[in-house]
Amino acid sequence: MQDKPFMSSLTTDEVATSLRRKGRWGLGEVLFWLAAAATLFFLPERHLILNEIAIIGLFAVSLDLILGYAGIVSLGHAAFFGVGAYVAGIFAKEMTGDPLTGLAVAGVAAALLGFATSFLVLRGADLTRLMVTLGVALVAGEIANQASWLTGGADGLQGIMMGPLLGMFEFDIFGTTAYAYSLVVLFVLFVVARRIVHSPFGLSLRSIRDNSLRARAVGIPVNRRLVAIYTISAAYAGIAGGLLAQTTQFVSLDVLAFHRSADVLLVLVIGGVGYLYGGLIGAVIFKVLQDILSSMTPQYWQFWIGLILVVLVLAGRERLTERARFLAGRLFGRSAGAPRTAPAREGRP
Amino acid sequence: MLTILFDGVAYGMLLFVLACGLAVTLGLMNFVNLAHGAFAMAGGYITAVLMNRYGVPFLLTLPLAFIGPALLGLVLERTLYVQLYARSHLDQVLFSIGLVFMAVAAIDYTMGSQQQLIQLPGWLQGRVDVLGVQVGLYRSFIIGVCGVLVIALQLILTRTRFGSRLRAAVDDPRVARGLGINVSAIFATTFAVGSGLAGLGGALGAEILGLDPTFPLKFMIYFLIVVTVGGTTSITGPFLASLLLGIADVAGKYYLPDFGAFIIYTLMIVVLVLRPQGLFAHGR
Repeated sequence: MQDKPFMSSLTTDEVATSLRRKGRWGLGEVLFWLAAAATLFFLPERHLILNEIAIIGLFAVSLDLILGYAGIVSLGHAAFFGVGAYVAGIFAKEMTGDPLTGLAVAGVAAALLGFATSFLVLRGADLTRLMVTLGVALVAGEIANQASWLTGGADGLQGIMMGPLLGMFEFDIFGTTAYAYSLVVLFVLFVVARRIVHSPFGLSLRSIRDNSLRARAVGIPVNRRLVAIYTISAAYAGIAGGLLAQTTQFVSLDVLAFHRSADVLLVLVIGGVGYLYGGLIGAVIFKVLQDILSSMTPQYWQFWIGLILVVLVLAGRERLTERARFLAGRLFGRSAGAPRTAPAREGRP
Repeated sequence: MLTILFDGVAYGMLLFVLACGLAVTLGLMNFVNLAHGAFAMAGGYITAVLMNRYGVPFLLTLPLAFIGPALLGLVLERTLYVQLYARSHLDQVLFSIGLVFMAVAAIDYTMGSQQQLIQLPGWLQGRVDVLGVQVGLYRSFIIGVCGVLVIALQLILTRTRFGSRLRAAVDDPRVARGLGINVSAIFATTFAVGSGLAGLGGALGAEILGLDPTFPLKFMIYFLIVVTVGGTTSITGPFLASLLLGIADVAGKYYLPDFGAFIIYTLMIVVLVLRPQGLFAHGR
């Protein structure tokens, strides 16, 4: 930590203790993951949709890292998701069908794009950021559309053959291997993300989100921190995209579409911004809702999604989130519980 | 070459009429309204339905295409938007995306997902030869109408009492309020007029831009480019930005059909990175 010399050792100790206390796993969290693992055995006929939930959950966690913790509003997070998906798909087609290698390559590719575009995001306020992230996603979509010799263009990338996982487990048509694979990846990355947000680094991000001027004044290198978290978040999104490509063995232009960026925002908002479980809970609720709504009114379910968004915002998103967080705090123990201070008001200086 | 320039100017003017309401929304209340295209779509559908189902002449539908969205905008502004001015940009984005989704699905449900075609009156069809340049009659009509609108807007903004109040409110809402200017009434009026203009633009553009339920999503990015590149402090900034965008888009589609969209998005990113306040804005 660069800002260490400025603090008295007493404060440093206090912060360290508080971080360690918050970083401890609560009983509820353990139960949450046990329940998730249990679905592997008890809901065999739902594995395909559960796999999708795990992927969307990971995507939402990645958005939460920049939106909830660093306060960057992005309308183009699908850029990284899509790049990850295409890279994983093309890698499996052209190089090797080994899933883990492909996933790593997808993550690295998305991280590189995230690193490169993070400098664009540093400039300007919310609106400029919105436009730049949206623009990056549109450019990525346009490239994928034009480079049809590589990506298959509007027909989608077909003919992806995945090798067995770890050389042992073949992907089956019921999606059991796929779901187990996605769930394990999600869990590992979630633990890493949890470690990140409960580290001094994560704490500095939150201070940038709440007041970047003040954060700069106390010696936090704001730009470098934002570049770092943006890159990490891009890698997460890329891995989520890679998981989708590998488990469905198909990639279409849809992975880069605007509605995907909007959907993931909605997922995160339903679950609650600014605590990692928000993305996961949101993913479950979103998928279940989508399932119910699209069976009621096929092709018009977007209307209800829109209505939910409008009502959610009008009813006071933050208030609902705080409530959920309070309940989560009760359930999951202290670590996921409500922060003692008021939550961030994003986008206001 | 000149024909392309001409078409580009027509397209740009259309974009300006579509987007200028958004410039006011963003500049005045700092409200990120992604649902602006929905009002344009409403105008387009009013014209299409009136013409195709009830046989109303094209010119008569245009005032209605203005009034309908304007009223809709007024009602929505007073009931829903007004509650969100003080909220974060994230809330505003979510809210307006929600509105767009609802509008898209509702139009899809009531009107079907196919393109709406309108039959222009005979005197607006075809092209004439002016000094060796092929000039589309309908595009000349658009340039004429939009040109008049631009001049009228500019005059209202610079010469009337309402205009100076509006400018004062854009520059500093708090001080303007302190001087006794009713900022929220001004805003409701401009929001309604902006929505109406968007509707009119949607009606005029139904022939050129195409009209189907995904209209608000398809053109959202164009409106936002106009506003962010042009800046929100004046009316000339967005106007020049829309002309540039229109010409660049038409020329790009003509000369480099594969890379037209690509170039526009890249240029937008470059402009925004170099000049976050907009290309024509004076730094504050």
